[in-house]
Amino acid sequence: MDVQAASLIGAGLAAIGAGMAAIGVGNVFGSFLESALRNPAAADGQQGRLFIGFAAAELLGLLSFLIAILLYLKAA
Amino acid sequence: MADQGKVDPMHQFEVQKMFDMFHVGNHEVAFTTSAMWMLIAGLLLWVFMIGGMKRQLVPGRWQVAVEGFTGFISSMMNANIGPEGRKYTPYVFSLFMFILMLNVIGLMPLGLFGVHPFTVTSHFTITGFLAILSFSIVLIVGFWRHGLHFFSLFVPHGTPWWLLWLIPVIELVSFLVRPFSLALRLFVAMTAGHVLMKVFASFIIDGIAAGPAVGLGVGIPSMALMVGISGLELLVAGIQAYVFALLTSLYLNDAVNLH
Repeated sequence: MDVQAASLIGAGLAAIGAGMAAIGVGNVFGSFLESALRNPAAADGQQGRLFIGFAAAELLGLLSFLIAILLYLKAA
Repeated sequence: MADQGKVDPMHQFEVQKMFDMFHVGNHEVAFTTSAMWMLIAGLLLWVFMIGGMKRQLVPGRWQVAVEGFTGFISSMMNANIGPEGRKYTPYVFSLFMFILMLNVIGLMPLGLFGVHPFTVTSHFTITGFLAILSFSIVLIVGFWRHGLHFFSLFVPHGTPWWLLWLIPVIELVSFLVRPFSLALRLFVAMTAGHVLMKVFASFIIDGIAAGPAVGLGVGIPSMALMVGISGLELLVAGIQAYVFALLTSLYLNDAVNLH
């Protein structure tokens, strides 16, 4: 297997991380909604924390996207 | 771009020179498309703010729009830092509005009129500079207010003594990573969204080139998806600007209140 093919396969594997981040972001918002429906009065005060959790989960997915695009551009 | 008949999704991120300005040593400093769009964003913001800063007792629509933004940021600063946060509200507000405006004008469909919008925030140099600005303000405020006591940030309350060799190292690394994560998040989110849109646009162009049947079969679903993704990108543009401002305010809280 030459280096170019290996880079492209690596880019595809790194892109799995983006899907994993989708699970993470869904988990953040899903858990928030679940508890917000149980106690709607407390929901508005926690919106900052919701977005901090979202930002952390999203950053890790974006990192895997970055690695994927670096590998892809190196191969292309 | 046109050599293989393929659309290059990275072409949109090229910074093009518009005219020369001056030289610093051997380095050429030119007026680029990036500078032009920053200038446009600045002008639009200026017009937006001037139009709303009327201080009428019964506000008009424009004033309500501006007061919505200022109230949003100042309540965020108040919730995260407390009354001391008022001093830093102008900085965080300018940061938020500038990033929001750059993100949004980068998404405008101005290509229809022959003007190609350029997303300034899709460049790591720009977002990195904004992140370093926030990080240096945190460092300056922290050392100014607390002196060397600022280092107690790395030892959270209730750390057991037998973990004192590990926790400060972890806290130091997570502190030093902040500017990178701040800059990288905005830059990659913007880049990814724009690449995605260009990839779907290239599906339509390549489909039409392959014949009317393929063009309709591929083009219509791609177009529908692109409309949806454009809406999602507008949401992301707002969320990323908000997250940048929110994290800056949280880091400032560390510097002002030391945990």
